[in-house]
Amino acid sequence: MPATSSVVVRARQASATLGRRRVWSGVDLDVRAGDFVAVLGPNGVGKSTLIKAILGLVALDGGTLDVLGSPPGATSQEIGYLPQRRSFPPGLRVRGVDLVRLGLDGDRWGTPVPGRRRWSARARSEDLRIAEVIDLVGANGYAERPIGEVSGGEQQRLLIAQALVRRPRLVLLDEPLDSLDLPTQASVAALISRICREDRVTVMIVAHDVNPILPYLDRVVYLARGAAISGLPSEVITGPTLTGLYGTPIEVLRTSDGGLVVVGQPEAPSVHSDRHHPHPHP
Amino acid sequence: MILAVAEAGAHLSWDLGADLRQMFAYHFMVNAFRAGTIAAVAAGAIGWFMVLRRQTFAGHTLALVGFPGASAATWLGIATVWGYFGFCIGAAVAIAALPRSDHGGGFSEESAVIGTIQAFALASGLLFVSLYHGFLNGIDALLFGSFLGVTDRQVLILALVAVVALGLLVVIGRPLLFATVDRDVAAARGLPTRVLSVVFLLLLALAVAEVSQITGSLLVFAVLVMPAAAAQQLTARPGAGIAASIGIAVLATWAGLVAAYFSPYPVGFYVTTFAFAAYLAATLRRSAGQRPSRGRVRVAAA
Repeated sequence: MPATSSVVVRARQASATLGRRRVWSGVDLDVRAGDFVAVLGPNGVGKSTLIKAILGLVALDGGTLDVLGSPPGATSQEIGYLPQRRSFPPGLRVRGVDLVRLGLDGDRWGTPVPGRRRWSARARSEDLRIAEVIDLVGANGYAERPIGEVSGGEQQRLLIAQALVRRPRLVLLDEPLDSLDLPTQASVAALISRICREDRVTVMIVAHDVNPILPYLDRVVYLARGAAISGLPSEVITGPTLTGLYGTPIEVLRTSDGGLVVVGQPEAPSVHSDRHHPHPHP
Repeated sequence: MILAVAEAGAHLSWDLGADLRQMFAYHFMVNAFRAGTIAAVAAGAIGWFMVLRRQTFAGHTLALVGFPGASAATWLGIATVWGYFGFCIGAAVAIAALPRSDHGGGFSEESAVIGTIQAFALASGLLFVSLYHGFLNGIDALLFGSFLGVTDRQVLILALVAVVALGLLVVIGRPLLFATVDRDVAAARGLPTRVLSVVFLLLLALAVAEVSQITGSLLVFAVLVMPAAAAQQLTARPGAGIAASIGIAVLATWAGLVAAYFSPYPVGFYVTTFAFAAYLAATLRRSAGQRPSRGRVRVAAA
């Protein structure tokens, strides 16, 4: 049993209802500081709802949920959030660096004064932090370009920078790998896990396809059929467990280098891609 | 009388300084410049956000609603300025009350319902114009603008409204930008995104009502959309974009007023033409400057 202070998210018999539909119930969850946790499961099972409940945007209708030792919503300043499927319209004339900056100061009222760097030490230190986090995600080459004109993978890196810019203790990423090609999925997944390890940030990542993030996972939360199972990847990612959760035959294979591959998942990227409307990039 | 002055034939000589001195000798031209500048500054800044938020359709609707407002005011014998402000603010409240779909991030289109409001607004305006049997300074002044007969009192009202609107915009500027480009994250950070969009619609109504009094209801976009769209072609930096938008709006208005003073053609045409020229130049500049960098990025992404 971990000490209470190191538990970042704790749910006990939590349940949520959207409209009249009970999304999930009886969810028990312990996410410890520094964990890299995947939230997996088929479409419409309430993965995003779980993330929104942690953010305090969706109220529970039963059970308890503690986030960073407080009720959900009270600590939103210490949480980085990357919502599901944000691709920006190609004509949006706002630079990537502006988007990252809004992650730092966008909820501060007022309008920045031009030339404030000359006299404001705070503005200069904010500039340094923005440059640092853009460097961290490797977005130096395109952060000055309008966000609508860079590729989906580049947008995703900038949005990860935006989620990280305030040095949050907990980062919630809702399908950050969605609509990216396979090599980009692998490199973004590696980036997220590196940040999780190096900065001791707790990461909860929602994913359809577990394979790109499988090598990095500390814990897995599987949502299916209104319930949740959480545990170590080696406990949850087994053929019998997944087959039971999805109600369709699923195999877990071991590759020659010791990695796991999940086969037969009903939510392969090619199947669900029509659900989203990514904007084509020239 | 004012009409007589304008038609008595101001014409350009080779001495531009003397021409301008002659123009500003008329109080109605001084007031036209004051009113035009105030409206252009407000519209340049608020229009930049409107273009970024993809709410030009809402802006267009507010502009058309201003027409029955102004014609009703004329019919009732009130100053048209109250008609513009009253109807535009009322329409903004109505649009804000419409249920919005929550899809598409911050870029959701307003419902088609407001398209029907547009047609009804134009029709009611026509009714009020025909109900008013006295001398109306031309229905085209309401639709296409006029710089004649701006009173001192009207300038004062325009200035007060612009100060309030721009002051409010400065207070909400950064959160509004956040909620515009990234609504979900802004909401997760605890920003009242719904309130922000309602407040912005009200600011838009004020800007539309101000500009309508110079360009008329149908040509509001000359100052509200064209400078902002041109500015967004020129730069993707928010601060520089807003400054460029205001600059283009003011210059187009000034140039339009001068051109209209020295020629027999209407101010609405000139302001729109100069703003359109600015948009065209900005678009050409961007497409000329972008070709090499596009190729580079494609290689980097591959």
